[in-house]
Amino acid sequence: MEGALRRTLNLAQPDEIYNAIVDAHKGLSDEDCRAFDARLILLLVNHIGDEAVIREALKEATA
Amino acid sequence: MSSYAYRHYPYVRPPELDRPGARRPVVIVGAGIAGPTLALSLAVRGVPVLLLDDDDTVSLGSRSICQAKHSLEIWDRFGIAQRMVEKGITWEEGEVYLRDQPIYRFNLQPEPGHKFPAFVNLQQYYVEEYLYERCAIEPLIEMRHRNKIVGVAPRDDGVTVTVETPDGRYDLETDWLAACDGVRSPVRHLLGLPYPGEVFHDQFLIADIRLAGDLPRERRFWFYPPFHPTNSVLLHRQADDILRVDFQLGRDADPDEEKKPEKIDRRLRQMFGPEARWEHEWSSVYTFTCRMMERFVHGRVVFAGDAAHVVSPFGARGGNAAVADADNLAWKLARVIAGRSPASLLDSYCSERRAASRENIRQSTRSTDFITPKFEASRIIRDATLSLARDFPFARALINSGRLSVPTAHGGSPIDTPDADDDWSGGPSPGRAALDAPAGNGWLIDRLGLDFTLLTFGDQVAAPADLTPLAIDGSGLAAKRYDARPGTTYLVRPDRYVAARWRRYDEAAVQAALARAAGH
Repeated sequence: MEGALRRTLNLAQPDEIYNAIVDAHKGLSDEDCRAFDARLILLLVNHIGDEAVIREALKEATA
Repeated sequence: MSSYAYRHYPYVRPPELDRPGARRPVVIVGAGIAGPTLALSLAVRGVPVLLLDDDDTVSLGSRSICQAKHSLEIWDRFGIAQRMVEKGITWEEGEVYLRDQPIYRFNLQPEPGHKFPAFVNLQQYYVEEYLYERCAIEPLIEMRHRNKIVGVAPRDDGVTVTVETPDGRYDLETDWLAACDGVRSPVRHLLGLPYPGEVFHDQFLIADIRLAGDLPRERRFWFYPPFHPTNSVLLHRQADDILRVDFQLGRDADPDEEKKPEKIDRRLRQMFGPEARWEHEWSSVYTFTCRMMERFVHGRVVFAGDAAHVVSPFGARGGNAAVADADNLAWKLARVIAGRSPASLLDSYCSERRAASRENIRQSTRSTDFITPKFEASRIIRDATLSLARDFPFARALINSGRLSVPTAHGGSPIDTPDADDDWSGGPSPGRAALDAPAGNGWLIDRLGLDFTLLTFGDQVAAPADLTPLAIDGSGLAAKRYDARPGTTYLVRPDRYVAARWRRYDEAAVQAALARAAGH
């Protein structure tokens, strides 16, 4: 069931970005990690803007 | 334990024990993968080589098993790659599992039209055996077994080497010494050179077993499989119905306990089930390091292979990098010895292969960090990626179970000439390896010379002397892979890397690029 959320790769250098995300968490406490992730989500969500995409992502991220 | 019949190569009493011998142009220390490959690469260019090995047989254990396309193309110049393909297991596909579910398949060479496959799995002892046999029939190579280097005295114009044999010691004079003597390099130790790098503490168990039944050809990698639920497992098939099973054990495993055959059998029983029958070939509990020498060239002493750099095994970047070192070094050293290039050409061996080592270490460290996350947040992000992989193709692309060895690009090398034309939309740019394609009744890769080649698409041009001219049809797959139009011209180095390219042939530009590539 495909909606508005992109499923295919949209990164030119996926390993670079993956690594940058992991590295950004290095040395953070659990609480700091959660706060970091929350800020990151808010920044990216605002940038995406499309509510249908965001709602679909919210659903897909639920395990 | 091993089904491989190790033969012992004869030791012959060296004449230098009784009287001083002639000075040698090149002495190579070490007969692993790098040493014999370098010896053959020099010999086919007319350089006589003395190859010293401290023992008298090939690699103990399978060790490096994934022989990459680029290595096969290099060995093919000595006529031994076809034998490796026939003996080994050709594979291009891999499969990644999460728990008991396949989540991702990849194909390393999805497009046909290459002489060699992406990978052939063949145990290191076979690779060395074929290299040794080829060295033995090469008149310019003298190989001495049980000749161990115990002294190195470098001078400005050469090196005095002290060698120990079962009959005593002797000294040798050589213009150049190539140290291909492995990760514990005696030459590096004798010269007191540092080997800086990073030590990793995660432990892995390799169990190479002979298993009856229908074996998979492709590489398989599991995260959290039911038969080893806490960690990852990698499976590779090798020649002679041998499987390599590589269990991630974690940091806290007790290596002495894990090495016990009954413990290994218990792990294998969980993986292959109650009916399976196997015999052990080789096993090893290992950790690994990533290290690189600060310089690969120290005056007249040159380092190659594991002696100069080591990486984790994820990605098959150890043995294949050793072959690439030998290929990069041989033509340069041959030109310097023949007086056709200044010794400073070897600086580009150091800069290009150090850049390649950095890239290999970077890639393999990333794979290692994905497979064995170093902290909790890293593990959570990794596991989130895995859990998205089944439904989201982008997440599959992020799964890093080893980015497999491809020829390293050395963009910006001082001996390559950057593009001047700005209308390239593909093809190998300067600093990248030449690409194979069908050409005439054979393969493009076979028609690139042992010295520089001038590859033109369309009409043959009057190439300068010193260059092997090669004209390729401008409308076929080769033209497409090289982003070629009629008149497109590539200058290809002896190691089959692109030195320069142009949209149209210009003799003065070709001469300038050639001089630069030759170190002038």
